[in-house]
Amino acid sequence: MHNFWTIFGIWMAAFLTLAIFSFLYKDNPFYKFAEHLYVGTSAGYMLIYTYFLTIKPMLIDPITQQNQWILLIPAFFGIIMLTRWFPKIAWLSRWSIAFTVGIGTGLGITGSIQGLLVPQIKGTLIALHGWNGATLNNFLIVVGVIATLTYFYFSKEHRGFVGKTAKLGITYIMIAFGASFGYTVMARISLLIGRMYFLFHTWIPLIK
Amino acid sequence: MRREIPLAITFLTALIIIISFFIPHAPFGSMQDVSLKWYAIIAGFTMLLGVDSLIHMHYVKIKRKKEGWGYSLVLIIGFTLLVLSGTIAGIRFGSAFNLKSSFIYLYNYMILPLQSTMFALLSFFIASAAYRAFRARNLDATLLLITAVLVMLGRVPIGYQMWHSFPAVAEWIMAIPQMAAKRGIIIGIALGGIAVSLRIMLGIERSYLS
Repeated sequence: MHNFWTIFGIWMAAFLTLAIFSFLYKDNPFYKFAEHLYVGTSAGYMLIYTYFLTIKPMLIDPITQQNQWILLIPAFFGIIMLTRWFPKIAWLSRWSIAFTVGIGTGLGITGSIQGLLVPQIKGTLIALHGWNGATLNNFLIVVGVIATLTYFYFSKEHRGFVGKTAKLGITYIMIAFGASFGYTVMARISLLIGRMYFLFHTWIPLIK
Repeated sequence: MRREIPLAITFLTALIIIISFFIPHAPFGSMQDVSLKWYAIIAGFTMLLGVDSLIHMHYVKIKRKKEGWGYSLVLIIGFTLLVLSGTIAGIRFGSAFNLKSSFIYLYNYMILPLQSTMFALLSFFIASAAYRAFRARNLDATLLLITAVLVMLGRVPIGYQMWHSFPAVAEWIMAIPQMAAKRGIIIGIALGGIAVSLRIMLGIERSYLS
């Protein structure tokens, strides 16, 4: 048995769901209402989320409860980021931006090597001996990786052997994009099924 | 000095991260984790800038009674509602994410349906985009079409009913040709990322300071 607030919540969610779907007919006030509500509530949610899951546990609690005064450094950089509100001292915010860009840059180098480059190269160094299905698959992977990389190699004109390899690269890329597209469609359809199930099971119980 | 200090900060911060990667011992070993936490804290403050920009823009729209100002009011009311309920829940339960809080109630019955419906709506637009993109005009477009159809059929029960091998075919496409192309793209992204990072670190790329 649902209480009043649960029933109210279900009706509110159903109204908002239908308001968004009404865009399929054309842009209308119901859709605009739901769209603006979505932006406003999401901004509010993210603000609270950031405070309770980042600022409080990573900054306020360690300083007030464990005397981790070193955290005043990121707090300082965070506060000077807000100097963008004051045009005369807005240049100070560059220090914070520089700090975050520095972290991103450092991680861009080490993270790309450790997390992307080495594992992907390691995954491509695979056995190519023996005549069986596994070897054929491995061969297709090695050829595909080289062909795709050749397509993105612009220091040499795509003519002759390089051109043919690049063309094969396009073929592989098209297959990959097609597969990704199919995958994305399935994900969106499953969300659509989820909304339909909500409307016809939770809101109006037509489906058992 | 207004440019030199930020450049020095970027260089030193990046250098510390790189050193901590190659020397995984104290005091360098923990520096990467510490930097990531500091990064999250600073990013948290930037949230205020974003929210201020959004609210200010809609406040001006309401103040000047511009066309559609009523929707801006809805946006600000929605924002205020979530911030107030989150703050009250924080005071009452110690965290806004307590399951009994009004903040979670609003998340479940307002944000979640809005978000999932917004993304579900995309399935219709994807279908119309697919019609335009998948018209088999050449070999590449045909490959895109065939692969997408095979992957979709391999992921739904009706595909299995039509031909029992559809799931295996979809699995093979994802594991072999798709994986190969994706791997090539990822290696390219990694190499490009390293090159751009080095340019920023050495001060060759300075657009982020403008």
